[in-house]
Amino acid sequence: MSKLPEDLKYTKSHEWVRTLADGTLEIGITDHAQHALGDLVFVEVPDAGRSVQAGEACAVVESVKAASDVYAPIAGEVTAGNVRLSQEPEAVNTDAYGAGWLWRLKPAPGALAAAALMSAADYQQVLDAEGG
Amino acid sequence: MGRQTPLFRLHQELGARLVDFGGWDMPVQYGSQIGEHHAVRRAAGVFDVSHMCVIDLEGARVRAFLERLLANDVGRLRSPGGALYSCLLNESGGILDDLIVYYLDEEFFRLVVNAGTRDKDLAWIRTQARAFDVEVQERTDLAMLAVQGPEARAKAAQLLSPAEATTALALEVFNACELRHWFVARTGYTGEDGFEILMPAADAVAAWRSLNSLGVASCGLGARDTLRLEAGMNLYGNDMDESTQPFESALGWTVALKPAARDFIGRRALEPLAASGSQRKLVGLILEDRGVLRSHQKVIAAGSGEGEITSGTFSPTLERSIAFARVPAGTTDAVQVDIRGKLLRARVVKPPFVRFGRPLIT
Repeated sequence: MSKLPEDLKYTKSHEWVRTLADGTLEIGITDHAQHALGDLVFVEVPDAGRSVQAGEACAVVESVKAASDVYAPIAGEVTAGNVRLSQEPEAVNTDAYGAGWLWRLKPAPGALAAAALMSAADYQQVLDAEGG
Repeated sequence: MGRQTPLFRLHQELGARLVDFGGWDMPVQYGSQIGEHHAVRRAAGVFDVSHMCVIDLEGARVRAFLERLLANDVGRLRSPGGALYSCLLNESGGILDDLIVYYLDEEFFRLVVNAGTRDKDLAWIRTQARAFDVEVQERTDLAMLAVQGPEARAKAAQLLSPAEATTALALEVFNACELRHWFVARTGYTGEDGFEILMPAADAVAAWRSLNSLGVASCGLGARDTLRLEAGMNLYGNDMDESTQPFESALGWTVALKPAARDFIGRRALEPLAASGSQRKLVGLILEDRGVLRSHQKVIAAGSGEGEITSGTFSPTLERSIAFARVPAGTTDAVQVDIRGKLLRARVVKPPFVRFGRPLIT
């Protein structure tokens, strides 16, 4: 398993969060998550303008085997869904922390501070505890 | 921890992801499930199917017993080595299991039944066998490898002596031969050519490694499921079970109502249905919109009612989603499927979707 990017924050449910230069957040699933899912064949991302609550099912990633919800780690308004994934769902497998991002979000006031996000080191401990 | 096949440690060594399947720890994939699927369509792959249950039936009246036990007619098996696919029915015509029966000689037939139904099947078969004085023996000493794909037979033959290879390669489809130590059948569950090989458990690891070294890919149950779905083959427990009968499971072709004198278990329940027709049928679906069909999704057939998907997946060969669905008998060419609250369009088709590497449906 590849090393976790240090500049990202993580959730227990295996999402990652990147803060972009303009304060927008980019969200995806971790390399551990994509590996556990297997070959992705369909990804549904939220439309721009949708308002989401923390913990709300926001995207769906489907492998050959099964469909899985991806939950919003932080409340806010979606500014973009990664529409490229409709043609290339496998980008989540091959580049989970880059081209495989799922949606971008303008966080609601105070939402980022309120979210229970982990550092790479803490998330690594979660993975170690899971045997991953 | 579930039961393990003789290949369990090798699967671990090969990096397989192991899952529980009918009480067995089985490999679902070794690397990419789609890669394993394509290996079987384009070249050759090997599957561990040792979890399946081999049952030997011996006795002077074994043929008469099977004429009673099975919905398909073993009378169709006239030369030794012949194989037949059949349903095992209960008295109400419900499907207890599906199986393959091999005719070895007049006093010796062999069944291969599903892993998840092993105990139920054995109990049922033993009960029915008493009246025929047939000995029922579960073979737990064997491993079973399915080698499948356009190159499968040629590769597998390289594990045999030249004389044995000649015999095995001469097998016609749905026939089997007993070699010195191995039982080789030209059968499978993928829609490709290939062999299913029964061998002593101690031979299995070396056979697998030899196949790998010949370029035969290790394949898991994940690829086996997408391959069988493309090939239009039912999965017991998904597409049929005791609450469904063959005519509503696309298995009417396996019910031999002739000769009329053959009184097989389930016949009395099925005869009226054969005359009147079933209210439901099992059909193939191709999703026209983007998404993935999955079992238990609701199917809406305009004018005829609702049904349900029994098996669904993404087809790696067609690169779109396919499924089997049980729908009202009057359902015609187009339906809608409820996927997470959205109604998506699907086309009703007649499986198989893919055969011998080629799409049959566009």
